[in-house]
Amino acid sequence: MKIKPKVGVVSCSGECCSLGTLSRVATRIALEELRPDQTVTICLPLFLAGETEEHDFAKVFPTIAVDGCGKLCAKKAITKYSKEPAACFDIEALLKEWGVEPPRNRRVLDVNGVEMARRVAELLADKVDEIQEVA
Amino acid sequence: MTKPILVIPCSGIGKPFGSISRDATFLVCDELRPGKVDTLCLSLLVMGDAEARSRVASSKCITVDGCPLECSKNNVERSGGKVAAQCRVMDLLRENRGLKPRTVTFLDEDGEKLSKQLAERIAAKVDELMEEAE
Repeated sequence: MKIKPKVGVVSCSGECCSLGTLSRVATRIALEELRPDQTVTICLPLFLAGETEEHDFAKVFPTIAVDGCGKLCAKKAITKYSKEPAACFDIEALLKEWGVEPPRNRRVLDVNGVEMARRVAELLADKVDEIQEVA
Repeated sequence: MTKPILVIPCSGIGKPFGSISRDATFLVCDELRPGKVDTLCLSLLVMGDAEARSRVASSKCITVDGCPLECSKNNVERSGGKVAAQCRVMDLLRENRGLKPRTVTFLDEDGEKLSKQLAERIAAKVDELMEEAE
């Protein structure tokens, strides 16, 4: 039996606006509820500030970058210190595509915000399956 | 008007402590001391964003860390910032041994209690730093 590698999911968790909260909550839902046995994560600031061990994270695990805005910190960080992520999500672009406004509150997501996060998390889970399929 | 103080949480994602650091920071920025403090994306700062680095270099910074790795403090210092005060979730946990936060995505009751305490502690540091500046 072939053991499929776990997939790393790295969220930007940006503090400037609610998009960072959305990236974070969607990532946690994917990790905790949707694909708990197939995913792992690392704090982006730790990955960035870390040494070889932390930077090896994305070399060991095929990794999905989940960015709140177009600055794409997670994607750029993974590319810079490890290798090109297996997949990237830009939440800001995704919401535009869906025609929905970002949540108003960055601290606590309202019902609509949580629903958006779940929708993103479903996409993440599908991507995890896809990556594992290829691996 | 005095320049806003920057409160920068680690926002760690693996354990509840990072969520507490983040939640407390937003409480201070948006509810307890609006206009007196601001925050910025730690990852953006560490990625070397010029505007973020300039803001950190020219502001008083309070770092808020969830775990002993102190990513916020270390990264602010590495980015040319001066840490005027530091708040640590671990210190609060030691003082509140009965509180055991367990959830990361959405804080549970104990997590919220710790966040509120931490926010009050950060707000007190903000007041101290503001007084010093006057």
